[in-house]
Amino acid sequence: MSTPTYLGMPALPPRSPYGTGNLRGDRTFPRAAHDELRNGQLRRNLGKATHTIRAKRLAVTGELPDWEALRDAGSAIKTDTMNRLPELLEQLEAKVTEAGGTVHWARDGAEANDIVTRLVQQTGSDEVIKVKSMATQEIGLNEHLADQGIKAHETDLAELIVQLADDKPSHILVPAIHRNRDEIREIFRAGIPGVDPELDSVPAHLAAAARAYLREKFLTTPVAVSGANFGIAETGTLSVVESEGNGRMCLTLPDTLITVMGIEKVLPRYADLEVFLQLLPRSSTGERMNPYTSLWTGVTPGDGPQNFHLVLLDNGRTAALADRIGRQALNCIRCSACLNVCPVYERAGGHAYGSTYPGPIGAVVTPQLAGMDVSADDPNSSLPYASTLCGACYDACPVKIDIPSLLVELRHQHTEATGRTAEKLAMKAAAAVMGRPGVYRAAQKAAGLGRVVAGRDGKISHLPPPFNGWSDSRDTPAPPKRSFRAWLASAEGASALRAAAEEGARTRTEADGPDEEEQ
Amino acid sequence: MTVTARETILARIRDAQALAPASAVDIPRDYRTGRTLPDADRLALLTDRLVDYKAEVHTCTADRTPEVIADVLRERAVCHLGIPPGLDRTWLSAYEGEVHVDSADTPVPELDALDGVLTSSAVTCAETGTIFLDASPDQGRRALTLVPDLHVCVVDLSTVTPGVPEAVTRLTPTHPTTLISGPSATSDIELERLEGVHGPRTLAVVIRTDM
Repeated sequence: MSTPTYLGMPALPPRSPYGTGNLRGDRTFPRAAHDELRNGQLRRNLGKATHTIRAKRLAVTGELPDWEALRDAGSAIKTDTMNRLPELLEQLEAKVTEAGGTVHWARDGAEANDIVTRLVQQTGSDEVIKVKSMATQEIGLNEHLADQGIKAHETDLAELIVQLADDKPSHILVPAIHRNRDEIREIFRAGIPGVDPELDSVPAHLAAAARAYLREKFLTTPVAVSGANFGIAETGTLSVVESEGNGRMCLTLPDTLITVMGIEKVLPRYADLEVFLQLLPRSSTGERMNPYTSLWTGVTPGDGPQNFHLVLLDNGRTAALADRIGRQALNCIRCSACLNVCPVYERAGGHAYGSTYPGPIGAVVTPQLAGMDVSADDPNSSLPYASTLCGACYDACPVKIDIPSLLVELRHQHTEATGRTAEKLAMKAAAAVMGRPGVYRAAQKAAGLGRVVAGRDGKISHLPPPFNGWSDSRDTPAPPKRSFRAWLASAEGASALRAAAEEGARTRTEADGPDEEEQ
Repeated sequence: MTVTARETILARIRDAQALAPASAVDIPRDYRTGRTLPDADRLALLTDRLVDYKAEVHTCTADRTPEVIADVLRERAVCHLGIPPGLDRTWLSAYEGEVHVDSADTPVPELDALDGVLTSSAVTCAETGTIFLDASPDQGRRALTLVPDLHVCVVDLSTVTPGVPEAVTRLTPTHPTTLISGPSATSDIELERLEGVHGPRTLAVVIRTDM
């Protein structure tokens, strides 16, 4: 293998191209959350879901005496993976190829979409069945295939609900959690051809309707598209972790399987599965193990798809890797534990983040993959602020990603990047004033004028631009009548200080007695 | 000469690593590996976990295998049973229904017409209640244990490990491997757990304690 030759300085790798895929909403987080918070059903369902899964997760992680050791190992394995990414990807490619698969590389989402489209067209099929996959959602594969006349059928029950309703997922793990059973019945009645018009809203009956509809698709569609939870460099083994069996159907029954995997999903050794098969299900659904996991290596004669394609996707991942602090976010195994413990996510829901990746991890992954100051008022620049920095996400993360520190770093980068903002000017002015006592005194006097705009409750709720960004979401107490410095310099201040000093001296004498001072 | 996507991405990674140099990391592997447990404990743990995930559990000695299997199949009214080509046929000596021996040439829709399937298993993890199938001749191709609605799976206690690491070391990476923990399930509708969406809605496990 030849060593790459550098012509000059290393270049910063590009982010996911602006205006492509699903890594940017159309409005900022506060604006989107403002509307989502009015959706009572969403809040109720999310509250129930996050609390239920949280309790289950705590119960099953508490069962393992070596849970913390598993987290340490998982975190270190992922960090080691990022350190050795080029060699591991080349090894994965060699092993998959050796086992009869074909490996493709995609610089960005558009290139991955083109590759998948071409591969589907080569089979002659105008339909594909799909396993729930975040990578293909990130790049907008379904929409792209539809433009090319190829119908993609989502086969995960929740993804099917979302797709039939022309909706967007609201949670990584339970994407249709914002819908209730009556809505799902209506969605199925309108969207599933030939469904029983008398279909009721009993969950078991709804699931049976989906089973009957999709079984025919599984048995007749010649191409499937999946994502991957892990790709093992040592052996070329790919893995999909799931519950319903739709994944097994897609990975087993069609002639052709196309798997789209982010380059950060590679793992060094087959034995590393012993760590991640414990970390992922317990953190994700709160189960000791998910019902089904499939592991396959290239092509097996007489068993499963005879054509296997692996598409390795960059789409901004190398840009994240170039950030000393931010690269940690690439360690994510998409378990969604951080969503379920986040007080902001629990209330605002997944749609408010505008990206395929919601919640705390989404707030650090999305800006890194797609950038956050690409246009004026880039919605992604609001994501690092969609957090109280309470740290619950860090505690829950099975691979110990320090999400709060990443959020703070991204806030810093945003402030650095946005130049002469009002906030920056205000900070500069404050620094100048605080450095000079005379000016500081004058400024304090002037601040007393702020009382004029305060309400009767002594709070300032609306500030004029450019400070409205501050007052939109918080009340500011009105400045006091007199500053502390002014009070201290007055006769009242002087006498209060004297009284306090006498009080202090008396207490000390009583308490210490006539003892010698300690040496 | 055009630069391929492969070259571009590998160069980007090397650029990224030059801009943000990695600090070396030692991987601490202090979690439990190589555990052993007495037979009775593994049996109890596995049974508990299987039942918790709504699998049906039958325990027997090897000599009673045919009877137990026949009982399970009779109870489920199985008339058309699929088996992998390498299954021990003596297991079926008490079963009276029709047997369909699967092969790579059997069209998948024919599997959909079976009432159930009977297979062996490769490894089982007690702590998680997970059965590993590795497509050996006594387990068959993956479609066989997926399409029919009932899966009867024989697990020998000697193949049951305490934890996940002990099970993973017994696997052959090149074999297509399926991990099964209870029947197919979903919680997608209002977080209500339902057994059986696409895979077999019933998983019956026959644990042989002296094998």
